Amino acid sequence: MAEFKKSGEAVADATPRTTGVDKVDAATETAAVAAVEKPAGRGEPILQVRNLVKHFPLTQGILFKKQVGAVKAVDGISFDLYQGETLGIVGESGCGKSTVAKLLMTLETATAGEVFFKGQDITKLSGRALKAVRRNIQMVFQDPYTSLNPRMTVGDIIGETFEIHPEVAPKGERRRKVQDLLDVVGLNPEYINRYPHQFSGGQRQRIGIARGLALNPEIIICDEPVSALDVSVQAQVINLMEKLQDEFNLSYLFIAHDLSIVRHISDRVGVMYLGKMAEIGTDEQIYDHPTHPYTQALLSAVPVPDPSAREGRERIILTGDVPSPANPPSGCRFRTRCWKAEAKCAEEVPLLAVPERFKGQDTPAAHESACHFAEEKDVVGAV
Amino acid sequence: MTIIDTTADAPAPKGPADDGSGPLLDVRDLHVEFKTRDGIVKAVNGVNYNVSAGETLAVLGESGSGKSVTAQAIMGILDMPPGRIPQGEILFRGQDMLKMSYEERRKIRGRKIAMIFQDALSSLNPVLSVGYQLGEMFRVHQGLSKKDAKAKAIDLMDRVRIPAAKERVNDYPHMFSGGMRQRIMIAMALALEPDLIIADEPTTALDVTVQAQVMDLLAELQTEYNMGLILITHDLGVVADVADKIAVMYAGRIVETAPVHELYSRPAHPYTRGLLDSIPRLDQKGQELYAIKGLPPNLTRIPPGCAFNPRCPKAQDICRTDIPALVQVTERDGSALPGRGSACHFWKEQIHG
Repeated sequence: MAEFKKSGEAVADATPRTTGVDKVDAATETAAVAAVEKPAGRGEPILQVRNLVKHFPLTQGILFKKQVGAVKAVDGISFDLYQGETLGIVGESGCGKSTVAKLLMTLETATAGEVFFKGQDITKLSGRALKAVRRNIQMVFQDPYTSLNPRMTVGDIIGETFEIHPEVAPKGERRRKVQDLLDVVGLNPEYINRYPHQFSGGQRQRIGIARGLALNPEIIICDEPVSALDVSVQAQVINLMEKLQDEFNLSYLFIAHDLSIVRHISDRVGVMYLGKMAEIGTDEQIYDHPTHPYTQALLSAVPVPDPSAREGRERIILTGDVPSPANPPSGCRFRTRCWKAEAKCAEEVPLLAVPERFKGQDTPAAHESACHFAEEKDVVGAV
Repeated sequence: MTIIDTTADAPAPKGPADDGSGPLLDVRDLHVEFKTRDGIVKAVNGVNYNVSAGETLAVLGESGSGKSVTAQAIMGILDMPPGRIPQGEILFRGQDMLKMSYEERRKIRGRKIAMIFQDALSSLNPVLSVGYQLGEMFRVHQGLSKKDAKAKAIDLMDRVRIPAAKERVNDYPHMFSGGMRQRIMIAMALALEPDLIIADEPTTALDVTVQAQVMDLLAELQTEYNMGLILITHDLGVVADVADKIAVMYAGRIVETAPVHELYSRPAHPYTRGLLDSIPRLDQKGQELYAIKGLPPNLTRIPPGCAFNPRCPKAQDICRTDIPALVQVTERDGSALPGRGSACHFWKEQIHG
């Protein structure tokens, strides 16, 4: 987060860059101070994503399949993830968040673009080298009811990771290691022989987290880790994840659609729309000083659980639905639902960069936003 | 301390915009249980609430709190067996629906009380066009011809603002987006202009931007037709936006009732307090979130006394033995707070600090 740099550097660092997000916002001394103790030690990013593209082909014909188009699930995304930080990714369903997660896990092969893990492009790796990298990037899945094999005991589910990566724990130590992991995530180590159905949703998600932690990864990709849980249990799991991050200096890529939870846990937040990054910045820049109309609409649409905070706010209700990613609009992808759209938006694709008007300024609005007419608009202040 | 038997909105028996016959729907001491291999699951244990015309009641609760089962019991779509309603009354315009014959209930269902289900994709029949499914209401209840029913279906789709309704009436559910499908569900519920609509998590499966559209539409139509609305949800945010009054459920019981603003500013039950506190807030960034410890109870073995006692930070001996009744909440000076009730032995400490 911003406070890890001297604020003097802020003004100098205003050239548009497609990737850098380590700019300093002006609000160093304000609310963000509360999060200073987070171990977001800056330096080299641990994961660098550059122009990542994933197109799923659409084919026609049975014997002679010919490609008739492509679903552009992810269409040129770049961001960095630093050691010990949490990058939140928000967006509506179908915007490509989960595809990004799968690409980073190399569960899908990228159509184009690079993903550098500590300087090494993992999209080009295979075999043993890929296996070694995968150890360091682990995943926690959305639905704890379907992501645990009902026929395996908890010990087998977590211990399976050691069979694939035997160098992490020698055979004799595995059982003890699994018990340690259960203890770390707040489950009774004696539950090692139980089956998933004997646990509640929150407990199952803890098992999923223990499995993610088993190989001592550096990055954990969390795809909607709490959205299947009850409100009172969500907070428990979020607290556990923050505790583990501090303990093991983990980097999280936190994908979710619940904006208030993302704000709580994230150091930086990226907003995706239809396969592209619309806006990225620190949590404060995005939530308090959004400049992209989509972010503004998204924030204003969130139901605020506080009637008094809701009264004064302006609501932007978008019309229509997200266009199909197989046939995205020309130019800016948001233009079909945008109230600011002009002719330019249909012709030119806006780049993700600090908007011209904020360039060189020492304001929190000076963060990367992919809009031709980016301007600040205070929409909520309650999320 | 007066024990209130209903969650009446105001001391007067009439709700806002009433037609003069008391509340539209009055649920009294409803119990529902299910027989399973593991024993009897007590899903609903004495629920009281009422809704008047034009009013929105939000029923808030976690999964397993009995909020949906109550709604199913009202609609008469509970699977019986294994379900059973051992006691209670469901009065619709003063008549107990539980004592009605199957045919009588069928006449009310859909025509007087309609329901909007959570997952529109699995609630719509995939092999029938939406126009046919919408028209079914008119064919069955009003005996219209296929042609007239279709014309009415187009009209309905227009009313819930589905663009190009005329062209899309023969489309199948999979050809619509999630938000549009939910609109069709709403249209179906509205078809016969019912007096009361029960919406069971109507927007949970939708994205926030679409959720805002759907909730706005629902609120608008409700005002237009002056319907009563029961909104079942677990989302504290959605509730704050649309509800007039809220009933918070826990383990099959209503633990707190209040007008919407007061619930958020001054909760009178530790469970409500805990729920509100566990929402991430701006000023708590970087701190640990408040979490209600433990898990919701197993409904085959509800703890004795107050069901919330094992998770409650304020629990004392009395909480483990006596079930707290839903009592009228009063101001410090003893004046009653209209519409507020709390089922906690220590509500005074909770609300007055």
